[in-house]
Amino acid sequence: MNVTFQLNGSERSVDVAPLRRLLDVLRTDLALTGTKEGCGEGECGTCTVLLDGVPVNACMVAIGQVEGRRVTTVEGLGDARHLDPLQAAFVSDGGAQCGICTPGMLLSAEALLRRRPDPSDDEIREALAGNICRCTGYQRIVESVKVAAERRRTGGAGGAP
Amino acid sequence: MATAFELPSEPRAEGPAGPSVGRSVPRSDGEGKVRGTALYVDDLPPMPGELHGATVRSAVARGRIRSVTLDPTFDWTGVTVVTAKDLAVNLVALIVDDQPILADTAINHMYEPIALVACADPRKLARAVDAVKVDVEPLPAVFDPEVAERDQTLIAGTSNVQKRYVIDKGLDGQEIDDLLASCAVVVTGRYSTHHQEQLYIETQGIVAWWDDAGVHATGSIQCPYYVHKAFVKAFELPAERIHITQAVTGGGFGGKEEYPSIIALHASLLAKKAGVPVRMIYGRKEDIEATTKRHPCICEITSGCDADGNLLALKMRVLMDGGAYVTLTPVVLSRGILHAAGAYSWKHAHIEAVAVATNTPPNGAFRGFGAPQTIWAIERHMDRVAERLARDPLELKRQNLLREGMSTATGQVLRTSVGGLECLDKARAACDWDNRRKAIEAANRERLAKGERKVRGLGASVFMHGAGFTGSGERYLKGKVAVDLERGGRLNIRTGSTDIGQGTETVFRQIAADAAGITVADVDFAQPSTTTVPDSGPTVASRTVMVVGSIVERSARQIAAQVKAEMDAHGGSFAEASDRLLAKGPVTTLLTYEPPDWVKWDDVTYKGDAYPCFGWACDVAEIEIDLDTFEVTVPEFWTVVDVGKAINPIMCKGQLEGGALQAIGWALWEDLVWKDGAIINPRMTNYIVPTALDAPPFHTILVECPFSYGPGGGAKGIGELPMDGGAPAIAAAVEHATGIIANALPLSPERLFDLAQARVAESIPYSQRNR
Repeated sequence: MNVTFQLNGSERSVDVAPLRRLLDVLRTDLALTGTKEGCGEGECGTCTVLLDGVPVNACMVAIGQVEGRRVTTVEGLGDARHLDPLQAAFVSDGGAQCGICTPGMLLSAEALLRRRPDPSDDEIREALAGNICRCTGYQRIVESVKVAAERRRTGGAGGAP
Repeated sequence: MATAFELPSEPRAEGPAGPSVGRSVPRSDGEGKVRGTALYVDDLPPMPGELHGATVRSAVARGRIRSVTLDPTFDWTGVTVVTAKDLAVNLVALIVDDQPILADTAINHMYEPIALVACADPRKLARAVDAVKVDVEPLPAVFDPEVAERDQTLIAGTSNVQKRYVIDKGLDGQEIDDLLASCAVVVTGRYSTHHQEQLYIETQGIVAWWDDAGVHATGSIQCPYYVHKAFVKAFELPAERIHITQAVTGGGFGGKEEYPSIIALHASLLAKKAGVPVRMIYGRKEDIEATTKRHPCICEITSGCDADGNLLALKMRVLMDGGAYVTLTPVVLSRGILHAAGAYSWKHAHIEAVAVATNTPPNGAFRGFGAPQTIWAIERHMDRVAERLARDPLELKRQNLLREGMSTATGQVLRTSVGGLECLDKARAACDWDNRRKAIEAANRERLAKGERKVRGLGASVFMHGAGFTGSGERYLKGKVAVDLERGGRLNIRTGSTDIGQGTETVFRQIAADAAGITVADVDFAQPSTTTVPDSGPTVASRTVMVVGSIVERSARQIAAQVKAEMDAHGGSFAEASDRLLAKGPVTTLLTYEPPDWVKWDDVTYKGDAYPCFGWACDVAEIEIDLDTFEVTVPEFWTVVDVGKAINPIMCKGQLEGGALQAIGWALWEDLVWKDGAIINPRMTNYIVPTALDAPPFHTILVECPFSYGPGGGAKGIGELPMDGGAPAIAAAVEHATGIIANALPLSPERLFDLAQARVAESIPYSQRNR
């Protein structure tokens, strides 16, 4: 089955089985390995991508459901020269340690900041509750999101496409 | 990973000159991680002809293999199968060579690997695994370590006892029981802990292939030289024909210390037989089922003190469940017994520790390495002593806390960098301990009077954790680091110490930059590969920054001295002088760790300097418990830690908070449920680790009592320490809130409910009880 969708702002078509996981289409068919797999059953949030701006677990989405829709992955954040303030804050403020949960975490945070530019700590924790991190204890992730929100509000460099 | 970079968006102003140690420079491997370009093993592009590998595992906990056959109705075209019969050497080299690479006749635990299968098509691979038929005669299995110790039925190897240690202090021919009998206050208790899964978010994985240079295995690895050692044994190859390389690694916490030898051997065996590269990536279920866990532990303690609460005598027995093979159990047990007396001064002590085999998957390395189990016991016990004396538990702990000049249970006199008291006092001040406890008690009374069912409690733990290898370990190990001078006055660090998320790369760059007087951006960190980096010793034991970092520091200083001598002689900048030196030939150091000469340890008597120094900490947990559901939440958590010197404060705090949350998870939610030797919840759906909503806001305070032999002005190891204190602090807080005394983990609603029921029953006069 041919599926056409917007991936990080560009149109992409794949010819695959309609029940193939979006995660496999991204990682294997399109060689975009920024999206990681943690559990394969929608529990850990590691494979989070945005579907029409809403965070979803790419391991739980069949490619057939993606026809005509917009998908944002970690490769869609920032640009070749600049990190998005959210990415930069995860580097500077301890949001990333081993980094395997980071792409999914960034996309959940991106969805939050689009809807709430100045979130409270509780709102950040709520928005990221579907993304498991085993390294940080989450404190530095919450701090990173706050730093990024502040930089975006004050016109920090970069921006999500 | 190979080159340093400046972040284009300048996330945090960082001057080009001046010391970097003590400043939170951005993590140098961060950009690839936030862009999604960092290559973890499953992200490495497929190699030509590559196959997927999978494992056929035992479905019984103990048995004898009658036969392994291939289903003749299955199409085996394009499928490679490896069994024990294919192996020249069938042993995983570690401490004791007792574990086969593939089970041949005896099966000693559920999920034990029996055969390996490789195939290009992952769907056919799954069917091929099912088409390998294993006929097993089941045998009775033992899962309870107390039964394994008592029962003389041998369930594994030649003895169920895998290791035993004894520590005696101040006995001088007297019996500990007699010393206890002379104490005014004697308290006895039993404290136990359960398995814990590391649950790194990246599962185990390896890509292996063979070529003219020998065998290659690249993947998610904490200790490349452990895998190298296992390959030397299994493949009987010279060292230089084995190439073990670490890909970017998605967490380890000990789970990728020794286990990667097994998956790497498996992938390499398949690759050898198939003649093409083989990639093995575990699914989450297989990873939880088959890989090592934290050792369950039972501690029995009798202690004696005087009427004023001065601790006098400690009698303690530690029993650990090693699982079916020895793996690292002797070392885990050692660290367990060395931390068993807690952060306290005892006049007399007799501590015995025993590890036994059971028919469960082998337990192995997990952050804390035996210490969280014994510290749980001694901290809970100290709370019992406080209760008996009607004393504030934190005050009693403060009274008996080890201070400079005092000696530990092994007779180690604490010479330097002893920050326990400062941590305790700062924690007490930060949470306003006395007033907060009183305020919580008053608020609880008010809530209950209004018919509300949620109450709070405040609990504390005080603890220390040895930094670096135990005793003479570093002296035997002789960890090495190479540093190369590169064009433009740059340095390249080559070390077997891996960055698995904890920040090794960044912190080593900071240490080297300051030692050489250059910027962090001018220091490179080579990808750890046994072909190109020396053996720095494993990335374990809270030793990477303190021990290996100090070699990095010495090396960078030595090279910079050569460059500065050239500058003094012929002028020019650091970069120009470097280029002149390099025109004459390579400039490289290869230095070996030199432990402080006063570290003296006796492996036979278990006496002496167990560690060159300790990290110290005090945790305070505030919990809320629902008196109907017995669910516990953690609204506040303070952790005050003596780290010696924080090289990178943000990354240091990240380590402390991450470790503390693993401890909180272990205390409250994480619980592997076993049935007939199998794990019945091997999924992230039902093995519950904390989310951002479960995690408390951490109030993290760094204390710096420098260790003069540590790098950057006195850094100590802190990797494991934060795992030690969370569980006893939470249990103490539950006790403060409810009076429920929990001496076994986890503090699940079911356990707390049962304890509450028993407590209610006890408080009803016998005559009125429903008989």
